[in-house]
Amino acid sequence: MTADALRVILFFSSNHAIWAARVLDRRGIAARLVPTPRHLSSECGHAVELRAADAARAAEALAARGVPFDRVEEAP
Amino acid sequence: MIYFDHAATSFPKPPEVVEAARRFLESGGASPGRGSYPGAIDSGMLLCEIRERLAARFGLRDPMRVIFGLNATDALNLAIAGTLDPGDHAITTALEHNSVIRPLKELERRRGVSVTVLPVRPGEALDPADVAAAIAPRTRALVVNHGSNSFGTVLPLRELGALCRARGLTFIVDAAQTAGVVPVSIDEDGVDLLAFSGHKALMGPMGTGALLLADSFDSARLQPLRVGGTGSQSERLLAPDFLPDRFECGTPNMPGLAGLHAALGLDTSGLADHKRRLVRRFMDRALASVPGIAFYVPSDRLQTGAVSFNLAGRTPSAVARALSERADIACRPGLQCSPLSHRSAGTFPQGTVRFSFGWRNTDAEIETAVAALAEVARGGPTP
Repeated sequence: MTADALRVILFFSSNHAIWAARVLDRRGIAARLVPTPRHLSSECGHAVELRAADAARAAEALAARGVPFDRVEEAP
Repeated sequence: MIYFDHAATSFPKPPEVVEAARRFLESGGASPGRGSYPGAIDSGMLLCEIRERLAARFGLRDPMRVIFGLNATDALNLAIAGTLDPGDHAITTALEHNSVIRPLKELERRRGVSVTVLPVRPGEALDPADVAAAIAPRTRALVVNHGSNSFGTVLPLRELGALCRARGLTFIVDAAQTAGVVPVSIDEDGVDLLAFSGHKALMGPMGTGALLLADSFDSARLQPLRVGGTGSQSERLLAPDFLPDRFECGTPNMPGLAGLHAALGLDTSGLADHKRRLVRRFMDRALASVPGIAFYVPSDRLQTGAVSFNLAGRTPSAVARALSERADIACRPGLQCSPLSHRSAGTFPQGTVRFSFGWRNTDAEIETAVAALAEVARGGPTP
């Protein structure tokens, strides 16, 4: 993954971020938990980083499973 | 020791449970959701996987609706005190453990909540018509004991759940004695709030329990009893509105939950049959050879592995003491924190002797207990 091709999914809770990572892993979407970028959110927990090309599919998968998330942003 | 007190807590714990708790303390150890280093992520993953396992087991789609707590009592306090406002009315049964009736009575005293206790005997079903007749304009909840800790009987849930859905009542179920041994489906049984311990038939460590919120239950109808740090929305001075953070604060009992995680991975499919077979064997053998023994419910109605009895002319505490001293048998005499059910069964105030069997108990232990009981029954006066 190169930096210019990454997105981060932001969550309201680390519980949701971790659930999301598990859901995406089961769907075969490569993603990893990273510290929430401070300039994007004041959250002290996790965000999910993944390829930009996978972001739309990931968002669909999370919505379909009912995993709450805030928004998708470009990775710093 | 012959341990016949599994209704209090299962013992010994399976070695996988002990090992998982030990392993967490030695090589895991991080607080979940409070950092992004590998240990914290591992703890978060573990917590999430337990939620997923419990959700799957109890018919819940959303694992974030699994709210961890200390035990079933803790979960019931949240369910009861979190849903009833001043002036509300709740319906419950005469089979309840003090973990239900005491929270209700405290609310009656402190918040002006009114409580109707419907009569029902151990081993009988609660007639939905009786519940319907008790519904008043401010009735908010029906709270029922799924499995009697004193008598080992089970209350059918499905019709009650359907009634609650139809009449807009919150259906709160105490599954402390049934989780892990009698199937419960939040969805199919129409349960709104399901409370249970992790340390009884689920065979996890003490200090673990959960309240499960049905997928269809509006979580805004439940108010938290405790608030504090959640690792989320830390800039806000009020607790988050989303689940599970709204109802979970502070550091969870991760060693205990690691043990519960291991317990949930065990094949316990034979546990219920094993417990029921031991109950039947004990009752058959005791009725044949222990003079003056009295049971209160037929064996075919006992489903959790618990069975209550008395010996003519002996108090329960004297029998339990004699069994401990003569045969090193651990059992539970008295009211077992369930005075209402003993009133219903006609065994109040002295209560009963309760044996409750578990995964490691054997036929040989039943024989030892029956022989010891026969000796106590035929012997001289006991203390």
